[in-house]
Amino acid sequence: MSDRANRKPETGAFFPRDRNWHAPALTPGYKTSVLRSPQKALLSLDGTISEITGPVFGHSMLGERDNDLIHNFAKPGESAIGERIIVHGRVLDERRRPVPGALLEFWQANAGGRYRHKKESYLAALDPNFGGCGRTITDEDGFYSLRTIKPGPYPWPNGVNDWRPAHIHFSIFGHGFAQRLITQMYFEGDPMIWKCPIVNTIADRRAIEQLIAPLDWANTIPMDARAYKFDIVLRGRRSTLFENRMEGN
Amino acid sequence: MVQALDHLKETASQTAGPYVHIGLTPNFCGIGGVYDADLGTVMVGEKTLGQRITVSGRVLDGTGTPLKDALVEIWQADAAGLYNSPSEMRGSADPAFLGWGRCPTGAEDGVFRFETIKPGKVPFKDGRPMAPHITFWIVARGINVGLHTRMYFPDEVEANAADPLLLRVEHRDRVATLVATGSAPNYIFDIHLQGEKETVFLDI
Ligand SMILES: [Fe+2]
Repeated sequence: MSDRANRKPETGAFFPRDRNWHAPALTPGYKTSVLRSPQKALLSLDGTISEITGPVFGHSMLGERDNDLIHNFAKPGESAIGERIIVHGRVLDERRRPVPGALLEFWQANAGGRYRHKKESYLAALDPNFGGCGRTITDEDGFYSLRTIKPGPYPWPNGVNDWRPAHIHFSIFGHGFAQRLITQMYFEGDPMIWKCPIVNTIADRRAIEQLIAPLDWANTIPMDARAYKFDIVLRGRRSTLFENRMEGN
Repeated sequence: MVQALDHLKETASQTAGPYVHIGLTPNFCGIGGVYDADLGTVMVGEKTLGQRITVSGRVLDGTGTPLKDALVEIWQADAAGLYNSPSEMRGSADPAFLGWGRCPTGAEDGVFRFETIKPGKVPFKDGRPMAPHITFWIVARGINVGLHTRMYFPDEVEANAADPLLLRVEHRDRVATLVATGSAPNYIFDIHLQGEKETVFLDI
């Protein structure tokens, strides 16, 4: 709470989601969506206090290795196998304001494209030193970073021969429950991005490009790890000037 | 030419996929030792004020089959109708109640279950009271953009009848999709992703 105690309270509603920018619910190329997509229109409503509010997660809940997937599941003195990378960036809102105190949780396959999960059936090997999950909280300027190994691509049952491009799943918790977001980060230069039915649920090429992290040579750590930059944008919040105010507000 | 608005576009959502539990509830899916406990599993403590309730239910696909790989999060006010959030300007919420919970649907039965307290009423933007409700957010493999909805209480008939959001539901027989069944203290809230009983989802 103290992190944000001195800030001007954020009480405006969020910008409406651009439903043409996001994927529609029904995307037959991604077969699982067919039976899991609402078919009726969403009820559209300006955010109320139930959506503009959200919980605060304090930095004190984090363990020292929470954002280090190379080591947070590894035996003492050992580390995960794979290409060592740093992923870093900022969480901003649509008004370009940094979002401090945002909880980021991430998960991914190991370097061979295998998840540590009982439903996973890919024949690639598990890495005994790789769990595949991590988390962090953005600093006062909205920055975050994590260390991991580059995940491998993997095949999945959709079409006969569909593969996921290398990706990291991100879950982001901003300041309002309406900002809640899950997305995936891809890697610059991967030709498989454009073949992926899940990527292609998004119609607008610019929205896809916004999910692709560039190699960040300047921030690469010599003799250690390459860096990729991934900024995340959450819904913006209206300025509260001239808003209808609730009673007692 | 005019000045540029200079807004950014929201990062596009992508499905949580089949392995969302690795990231959000690793202990639940057998990845121990990374975090002490999964976030959002315990909502209520000894000091929490309010009437203890449970909310359980399933997320059902278009064939009526429960999803066994979904994840549900809830967000609610405390017993006095205050949110534990810096954006809450009306007072201080119960410090013993965060108001946020997270639960995967069970791998065997597809059931999610929250032990929480009954929230108080909170005001709509124009000051009218909204009936007590819990905000839901559902993600899973096959869901491209996380789904928002609300659960209202079956024993709040009068408050529900005057609720500004429920009044906005055009097809009145669909209001029932937003009201739990069961009775205090055990409520049941099934979420239908599509079909005749499709839940009213919110773009909010
Ligand atoms: Fe994945």
